[in-house]
Amino acid sequence: MSNITEMDALTLGREIASGNIKVREATESYLSSVKSKDEQYNCYVTVDEEGAMKAADEVQARIDKGGLKGSPLAGVPVAIKDNMCTEGLLTTCSSKILYNFVPTYESTAVAKLRDAGAVILGKTNMDEFAMGSTTETSYFGPTRNPANPEHVPGGSSGGSAAAVAAGECVYALGSDTGGSIRQPASYCGVVGIKPTYGTVSRYGLIAYGSSLDQIGPLTRNVSDAAAVLTAISGHDERDSTSVNKPVVDYTKSLVKDVKDIKIGIPRDYFGEGLDPEVAAAVRGAADVLKNAGASVEEFDLSLVNYAIPAYYTIAAAEASSNLERFDGIKYGYRTEEYAGLHNMYKKSRSEGFGAEVKRRIMLGSFVLSSGYYDAYYLKALKVKALIKKAFDDAFSKYDIILGPVAPTTAPKLGESLSDPIKMYLGDIYTISVNLAGLPGISVPCGTDSDGLPIGVQLLADCFNEEKLFRTAYTYESEK
Amino acid sequence: MANIISDETIEYVGILAKLELSDEEKEAAKSDMGRMLDYIDMLGELDTDDVEPMSHAFPVQNVFREDVVTGTDIRDQILKNAPEEKDGMFVVPKTFD
Amino acid sequence: MSDYETVIGLEVHVELATKTKIFCGCSTEFGGDPNTHTCPVCTGMPGSLPVLNRQVLEYAIAVGLATNCDITRYCKFDRKNYFYPDNPQNYQISQLYLPICRNGHVDIRTESGVEKAVRIHEIHMEEDAGKLIHDDWLDASLVDYNRSGVPLIEIVSEPDMRSAEEVIAYLEKLRMTISYLGASDCKLQEGSMRADVNLSVRKVGETEFGTRTEMKNLNSFKAIARAIAGETERQIDLIESGEKVVQETRRWDDDKECSYAMRSKEDAQDYRYFPDPDLVPISVSEELLDEIRSREPEFREAKIVRYAEEFGLPEKDILLITENKHLADVFEETVACGAPAKKVSNWLMVETMRLLKENNLDPEDIRFSPKNLASLIKLTEDRTVNSTVAKEVFEEMFKSDCDPAKYVEEHGLATQNDEGALRETIQKVIADNPQSVDDYHNGKEKAIGFLVGQTMKAMQGKCDPGSVNKILKELL
Repeated sequence: MSNITEMDALTLGREIASGNIKVREATESYLSSVKSKDEQYNCYVTVDEEGAMKAADEVQARIDKGGLKGSPLAGVPVAIKDNMCTEGLLTTCSSKILYNFVPTYESTAVAKLRDAGAVILGKTNMDEFAMGSTTETSYFGPTRNPANPEHVPGGSSGGSAAAVAAGECVYALGSDTGGSIRQPASYCGVVGIKPTYGTVSRYGLIAYGSSLDQIGPLTRNVSDAAAVLTAISGHDERDSTSVNKPVVDYTKSLVKDVKDIKIGIPRDYFGEGLDPEVAAAVRGAADVLKNAGASVEEFDLSLVNYAIPAYYTIAAAEASSNLERFDGIKYGYRTEEYAGLHNMYKKSRSEGFGAEVKRRIMLGSFVLSSGYYDAYYLKALKVKALIKKAFDDAFSKYDIILGPVAPTTAPKLGESLSDPIKMYLGDIYTISVNLAGLPGISVPCGTDSDGLPIGVQLLADCFNEEKLFRTAYTYESEK
Repeated sequence: MANIISDETIEYVGILAKLELSDEEKEAAKSDMGRMLDYIDMLGELDTDDVEPMSHAFPVQNVFREDVVTGTDIRDQILKNAPEEKDGMFVVPKTFD
Repeated sequence: MSDYETVIGLEVHVELATKTKIFCGCSTEFGGDPNTHTCPVCTGMPGSLPVLNRQVLEYAIAVGLATNCDITRYCKFDRKNYFYPDNPQNYQISQLYLPICRNGHVDIRTESGVEKAVRIHEIHMEEDAGKLIHDDWLDASLVDYNRSGVPLIEIVSEPDMRSAEEVIAYLEKLRMTISYLGASDCKLQEGSMRADVNLSVRKVGETEFGTRTEMKNLNSFKAIARAIAGETERQIDLIESGEKVVQETRRWDDDKECSYAMRSKEDAQDYRYFPDPDLVPISVSEELLDEIRSREPEFREAKIVRYAEEFGLPEKDILLITENKHLADVFEETVACGAPAKKVSNWLMVETMRLLKENNLDPEDIRFSPKNLASLIKLTEDRTVNSTVAKEVFEEMFKSDCDPAKYVEEHGLATQNDEGALRETIQKVIADNPQSVDDYHNGKEKAIGFLVGQTMKAMQGKCDPGSVNKILKELL
């Protein structure tokens, strides 16, 4: 079959289940796609050809023995963001400091995928330690946007988004701390969902901002996203912040019906800085849903501008502590020459971390330091509470909040990194979602005049993924 | 710029964070951090006197494990990625005088 | 010197007696080759996450209740950030903002009879660090994370103590309370109880505190007493010579009997505490408190009073038996089996202590059951065995917890109650030892002792010396 690399995950899964396509055949198709394209896009840090072929044969054997019946993703090749630990497979966080780190344990999300019969092709490129919005801060070089290789794929899950868009995998896992799934999904023209905090176990996810990080899928369509999220979510005893709720089959929400859905559009999202083409595409998406029967109105969300400073304070503080363990003692990079313990620490870390990571570690260490904790960190946690309350108020009136994912389409390579604050401003629509722990999905809603993809973002209240999928599916079907 | 970051502050944060910056990086860090703090100072516009700080976005409490041994000897795995090891231990620059 | 007073507060770390570490399922067992009790969590591997051991919380609350603390009903863990190789994450999970217990006190009584309350500022839960070993060959240090993540509570007192004697009374009180709760064995020498001494001096009558120093590495009561004396002198000397005491952490070297500052320009002492986002808050319910309260044992003070009233034991016995809760439990259970209290006490104080000492064991290691001890006492009481045989049986019981009656039976150790056989033996002894018989008749009372001995020997010890004596006198 020639069109394997164009199939979505559920279609390919069905073909494999019915025996029309062998897992080996599907895996080989994707590996050859990676071979022909990845030199150009650099989606992968590690391609695990051998492991993938071995997994393909094992999954095929399970299927042939009548196993994996209830698993729609069995045999479907997937790519994993390189900040999730994979047993026996290099896991770098796209950082020099972990350039040689091979975990001896598996992250829970990846283990769940393996149980479901997934074939892991390799590990995708990202901004170093997920700090960035362009995938340009990777130690292994930037990933390019398949829609236009002059442009970035977004970030930090840029490798995952680009790999899905380029047909170098059927779907991928990413992680989202301030928009790192939704924004690259939008830039690359794929679907990306950040579930409610606590839905997917963080065990094995190398932490950036622990109170904000969530793993989620990047897929070709809404149906795949629902299937993948169903496979990776669920309570995990090893993650204290994992919510103990029964697993939901999100594919049951793939229904074209929004007649009971009340959609609110934050007026504040359409102010200064939003590209008019993006604004038009997003309003167009709202119209589609309105025509499908949803009620749509504008409202004032408030506090939108305060989310970025609150987020960067909290994320940097947590990151400064989370990244202390990279010290050249237990794993990863150790500097060649040093004079004593503290010099070894300083040189290993200074040589091992890139500029953006160091910038955030410095900021985070400062805001937690003696005399500044209350003024910065505690203040940010209070603002977080206010932002959460603003969303609570909004969700007492609306089922779904609709808006843009990012102010613009994907910028050109090299345009963003020079001014950090300008770069951080690009996160304005995605960041508050992480502060409030909400689920958010990015669905393609058009392209700009240069042909670059635009995404629309839908948000729901915590644990209302079902409404999110139903609305997103309806939009995708009706557009 | 309201927040002026001194050389001493950058030096001090470098000690806390175990980062050694080149002179060039130090200058960049001073300016970046000053600008970021100016930006963060915007939070001061909000009255948060009666607001409880929020660590987790929703209330999960009392997550425990039972006191049952589940660990086994996996020393070889634990040491597998060590830059230097000896006698089943990690080697570090000496910590005793 | 005498116009100064020493002001002391203590930070006491106690290793809790859980089976597993505070945040992972690794064993806390001592010994074991380096790093064989480790996992991704307690070695700070990327992506690993902590989950709190319920038993740690319950022990911490139990100690808090027993030391009259308020239990914090909504508490959290914080990260204490500092780089050191024994700390694999380079932060220690501890509690700063909302510790589990606050505002407690314990009543102490010193050797010389001073009675006072020492207030407890707070008790918090935290994880222990790994161990660093110096390697001469490499001129480097080696890290073993077996102890990393072992649960600790840190008990922080107010600066309420004024002498080494008070400090030792306070530590003894904590040790007794915590070991009675079963929350720790509290051994100073083995490091399961560690005390850091915060000390300052001031002129008598002054109300302000002086600048304090913190002293670490105190492994025995003697070292603590010496360190307090040494540091008091050092601080007074500084003040008298017009210098200032610097607030710092000092390490006590008990061999050289002096302390030295543990300063380094790389130690900023700025721990950047913040709530650990990987752990969720703990809400302590009234039910949990009630449950823990209901499990609280009778403490030593109460036992001392009750043993005097109920058993009429001498004070010496009571103090020894109640020194250890397990020993007291064995005592009480043996008495409950019907054995006379003083007899039980004697067995525990003499033979048990001797065997524990000889075998380098603790009272916790006692293996014989109270039922068997009671049964042995019964055998001696009804003269089935004499005291020499009883000791032999006890030694076996101490080793293997054998049933004494069965053991006596199987080994034919019971006293011969067949008077005919005994008379026959005695007659033979008299016949074989004419000299002693003569001596006896010549008024040498001692000679009868020799004849008793000979009889016992001939009977292989299986007879009651009292009966032998009686029959001998009769036949002579």
